[in-house]
Amino acid sequence: MTHSPATSKARPRPGDPEITPELVQLHGLSDEEYGQILEILGRTPTYTELGLFSALWSEHCGYKNSKPLLKKLPTKAPWVLQGPGENAGVIDIGDGLAIAFKIESHNHPSAVEPYQGAATGVGGILRDVFTMGARPIAVLDSLRFGSLTSPRVRYLFAGVVKGVGDYGNCVGIPNIGGEAYFDDAYEGNPLLNAMAIGLVKRDELIRAEAEGVGNPIMAVGARTGRDGIHGATFASVELSEKSHERRPQVQVGDPFTEKLLLEASLELIRSGHIEGIQDMGAAGLASSSTEMAARSGTGVDIDITKMPVRETGMTPYEILLSESQERMLVVARKGHEDDVIAILRKWELEAATIGVVTDDGLYRVREGDAVVCEVPGYPLVTGCPTYVREGREAEEPRRLRAWDPMSLESEGGPAHPTRVLARLLGSPNIASKAWIYRQYDSTVRTNTVEAPGGDAGVLRLRGTRKGIAATVDCNGRYCYLNPRRGGMIAVAEAARNLACVGARPRAVTDNLNFGNPLKPEVYFQLSEAVDGIAEACRRLDTPVVSGNVSLYNENPQGAIYPTPVIGMVGVLEDVSRRMVLGFREPGDAIVLLGRNTGELGGSEYLKVVHGRVGGDAPAVDLDAERALIECLLELADARLLASAHDCAEGGLAVCLAESAMADPLRPLGVAVELEDALPGAPLLFGEAQGRAVVSCGPAELERVLEAARRHGVPAARIGSVGEPDGRFVVRSRSAAAIDAAVGELHEVWSTAIPRMMDRSAAASDVALEPTPTA
Amino acid sequence: MRVAVVTFPGSNCDYDCYKAAQDVLQADSYYVWHREHDLGAAGAPDLVILPGGFSYGDYLRAGAIARFSPIMREVMDFAAAGGLVLGICNGFQVLCEAGLLPGALVRNASLQFRGEGVYMRVENATTAFTSAYAPRQVLRVPIAHGEGNYVADEATLARLEDEGRVVFRYVDAAGEASAEGNPNGSMRNIAGIMNEQGNVLGLMPHPERAIEQLLGSTDGRGVFESIAASLAGVR
Repeated sequence: MTHSPATSKARPRPGDPEITPELVQLHGLSDEEYGQILEILGRTPTYTELGLFSALWSEHCGYKNSKPLLKKLPTKAPWVLQGPGENAGVIDIGDGLAIAFKIESHNHPSAVEPYQGAATGVGGILRDVFTMGARPIAVLDSLRFGSLTSPRVRYLFAGVVKGVGDYGNCVGIPNIGGEAYFDDAYEGNPLLNAMAIGLVKRDELIRAEAEGVGNPIMAVGARTGRDGIHGATFASVELSEKSHERRPQVQVGDPFTEKLLLEASLELIRSGHIEGIQDMGAAGLASSSTEMAARSGTGVDIDITKMPVRETGMTPYEILLSESQERMLVVARKGHEDDVIAILRKWELEAATIGVVTDDGLYRVREGDAVVCEVPGYPLVTGCPTYVREGREAEEPRRLRAWDPMSLESEGGPAHPTRVLARLLGSPNIASKAWIYRQYDSTVRTNTVEAPGGDAGVLRLRGTRKGIAATVDCNGRYCYLNPRRGGMIAVAEAARNLACVGARPRAVTDNLNFGNPLKPEVYFQLSEAVDGIAEACRRLDTPVVSGNVSLYNENPQGAIYPTPVIGMVGVLEDVSRRMVLGFREPGDAIVLLGRNTGELGGSEYLKVVHGRVGGDAPAVDLDAERALIECLLELADARLLASAHDCAEGGLAVCLAESAMADPLRPLGVAVELEDALPGAPLLFGEAQGRAVVSCGPAELERVLEAARRHGVPAARIGSVGEPDGRFVVRSRSAAAIDAAVGELHEVWSTAIPRMMDRSAAASDVALEPTPTA
Repeated sequence: MRVAVVTFPGSNCDYDCYKAAQDVLQADSYYVWHREHDLGAAGAPDLVILPGGFSYGDYLRAGAIARFSPIMREVMDFAAAGGLVLGICNGFQVLCEAGLLPGALVRNASLQFRGEGVYMRVENATTAFTSAYAPRQVLRVPIAHGEGNYVADEATLARLEDEGRVVFRYVDAAGEASAEGNPNGSMRNIAGIMNEQGNVLGLMPHPERAIEQLLGSTDGRGVFESIAASLAGVR
């Protein structure tokens, strides 16, 4: 890379701090990276330029530690219209329609300011979708917290849920699903991953490019303030006892403005007055303008004094790096500026021309006449050095994995499996999540066929017979014990969840939440998990079309469990053939698809009953998963089933209970008899993969079993659905029977999280202070 | 039939109401932007819907700013002339703020947003909005609000009850107006009320989200069917 003489025009502004090694370090740049910047510029960067490089070469924007790994993910399929690299991935779903979707984390902001951190996480991901020209039609959320026994955790949990809800509710986008896990590994490092899905006509897709030399660059939406400066850099370091001092770097959301911006943006895109549009998200104007230019190979020239600001005295550095929310960067067609402004005015928003697309390939920022930044655009965006780190598994997970959970069973299985089931149903990881999703509007826009609480959310698509389904999944404990298997399981479970509602899995958006990649044991987890995801996505025909990487999720107590969250979207050709998880009629046959292998490793049973995390994550047979998915889809298509439910955390007993108590007004009894030659706990509570519990009318049973045979899926009738408010009975050869009133199980399951949260009222005064860290 | 759906900045159920009027009533529905000064170029509509959402972000108080929108003057004149006005969720809040309906909607007693299916009972089946229902019929409809807790002074409540203007009441699955069936703490479990003349109805639940079996309930259709019957003069 040689320096161009044209880049020598930039001069420090009066009052800029001197560029010292300390200042460079404070900007999160290594000596090596700074050396590269000197080489690109052929001179010392100005303070403004240093800030620009710092943001764009942060992990959050530059993916410097993950890019080589991400290349391993499959990204192509005939139905993929847009893979990774744009604001969102897009798939073709036929009928001239396309679905744009993406998931994104807002972990660090949520750790220090849960309400705003979560709210702006939802805001950002919505903008990523509607800048593709797609109208957002659904939101999903994937949450991780420490134990709810901690007042601080309850404060974080309540704040995040309220933030997710208030933002999506106000903009009017239904929340159709999510997941939440609670584990000490996330104490101090909660995770908030938000996924948004948008619908767009295939021919109305738009990309974020700065095309056309001479076209005006316009800033649209909210004004720029001093909030969130260097948020991207903040997201790329470990949390520490000082992290709460970063609260001013957390942005503040305004969903009302977002709603206006959404309507204005869609109107702009359809109007034909613009060439490209991009959210000013992480690293604000700096990243949006440089990325748009880099995608089209053009240069830009911005006069920073033209940027609408909401406070005086802001420096170019601050304006470029501000992460004020609800702003868009638009490249308009030359001469159409007034049309753009008119549309924005209608929606009570502002637009200002701040620059122009140039042909010199330079990223130039002026303050009036003074050039404060002039950098070759391409290396700024794509020149971020990438690193292939050394990965080495840590001793602890290897040791835990080698332990055989069956050694516990030689001491005899659970004496009281009914009590064990009740404890599992009362564990926050398994208990009803209604406390969360009843704070979300899931029915606005009147397309929601299946709201949160099922295996996947389902929406109908107006004007067609089609539906789409979506889910988010990841078991971090599996990923900790065996990151490769954990990654595969996340994909397989997501696909199974979609098949259980009758949707064909189509594509993935992934959110890789990990610790500090500079640590070999963390890099090992990241690399292994990506390998597992890649293999499963390949085998299940679900390419990864978009995603996000969140590293440095650590605090002085250690890293989080590796948590590669998989967001998956599927398509139903006929939405009226969707399936639900709840049993329907007394006398229906209950059929287990898949095989009980009794794997207890990493199970909720071991954690809740024995207080242990250990054993290997359950084995995954991707061919068997594929066969199960095809079998479920055929059964859905033939309308043979009354219910279908994925068997996951808590194993078969929990799966049966969830199907039995799905309708709180009419919980149904169950009579099941298991023939397997397995000890009690592994049989009842083991978390073997590749299983689903389905039910059907007695008349359909033979056809269901026959379909399973044809697909090579093991299938056995294990019992019958009982009477409303009846007994829930599961007998096996090796353990005492589970025998409880289904209404009592429902009571335990539905009240567990509300009971824990009710304690927070008494403790809220201490909850507001961060937990002191060692 | 012509149905005007008013869109305030921040309305987000305008589309749902537009579609409901179209699908259930086969109406000619159209949007009216809040800055407009008339309710439709082709003259007065047959029905005005103030939809749900967060007009002006619910800043200050839900509905408090929207009532100053230019179009509200037209809505008030339309209502005064006997035109049918249906305010749903945020629309109900706007109607209370504008003084077209008595009382106010404050934060839910739980202090949390509630988005879920609830039951409400038809307390007066002789109105322009409920004639298609049986008396005391129990309906399953979604709610989605953070400020739906209806409050009014005792005298107002007594009048509303005496005059049959409590149109809908939250109930439990058994049809009883219990505390358990009350999702937001509303006084006397009030879910919807009408004005003295009976031409303005406000309710927090969303009938427009309950018009298709595919989406879980058709219990909201009756509101639209009643309106159609009333307009056709066959009450």
